[in-house]
Amino acid sequence: MLQVDFSQWFDLPQKGRVIGLNSFDTIHVLQYGDWYINVTILNSWVVMALITLIAWLTTRHLSTAQHVSKWQTALEALVLWLQREANETSGSRTNQYLGMAMGLFCFILVCNLLTFIPWFRPPTASLSTTMALAAVVFIAIPYFAIKNAGIKGYLRKFIEPVPLMLPMNIFSEFFSVFAMGLRLFGNMLSGVMFASILSAFVPFIAPLTMQTLGLLTGSIQAYIFALLAVVYSSSVKEEIVPEIITT
Amino acid sequence: MDSYAIIGAVSVFGACLCMGIGSIGSALGEGRAAAAALQAMAQQPDEANRIRSTMFVTLAMLETTALYAMLIAFLTLYANPFWNYAINQ
Repeated sequence: MLQVDFSQWFDLPQKGRVIGLNSFDTIHVLQYGDWYINVTILNSWVVMALITLIAWLTTRHLSTAQHVSKWQTALEALVLWLQREANETSGSRTNQYLGMAMGLFCFILVCNLLTFIPWFRPPTASLSTTMALAAVVFIAIPYFAIKNAGIKGYLRKFIEPVPLMLPMNIFSEFFSVFAMGLRLFGNMLSGVMFASILSAFVPFIAPLTMQTLGLLTGSIQAYIFALLAVVYSSSVKEEIVPEIITT
Repeated sequence: MDSYAIIGAVSVFGACLCMGIGSIGSALGEGRAAAAALQAMAQQPDEANRIRSTMFVTLAMLETTALYAMLIAFLTLYANPFWNYAINQ
């Protein structure tokens, strides 16, 4: 039987109940036998649908004429800004990191900005979402490294500066990405938790200030996640052979 | 004092200590990093954008230690494995 249950979802913020570590994942909205869909997955779908809808509506009428729609201008500004940031950070002239950075940035930004909707639980405040995003980066690092420097160049990274550092390098490969997921999760969870604790004491105006601060933190976190993904992916570069100047 | 009370008291005490002591280092480090970045921006206003983006990334990396402390604090408060041990006994 398909069961739809929104009751738990709605009474959570109203009682100002302090929420636990993985509580978003334990609130089941849809249930079909043993299969269930929790709030995190549902909200991820909402965010994905929103991004797709905006992108589709904007790119439907692209124009280079004098009259350019507002949405096109806004998205062009966003893409150009992130392109400049990614290229400056990675030091590459090609836009190879732009797709990954843009995808991560848009998804996390929309997730974090939608927290101002009272009953929206940001998917980024769940460890499963942030670790999935970190897994994307974890796969992207060897992909870009092998693409740019070859397998040899990628494996050489592990025995630099001395082969003695091999275990340390392998650990840091895992934990740098792990820390990325944990950082996003920690920031978003602390924002959500602080707002819910505060709304238990002062239900009216005071949580608003914290939510506003949360919007700022959320956008900075989205920027940092995308930029760190670019930094880690571009850590292995093509060996630059210095040109011998012959006169 | 039964085991529930001991576990509860130690958890809250540990979480507070963890958060308080754990954030000292990261706060001092972030302050130093931001001060250095502001100084560099004042000296070279042309490079301000680049310095700012690097500063944000550095701050995020420095913040990680405080976030680890926060995660441990949350774990001791909300997902404490010793609660289940005490309940099952």
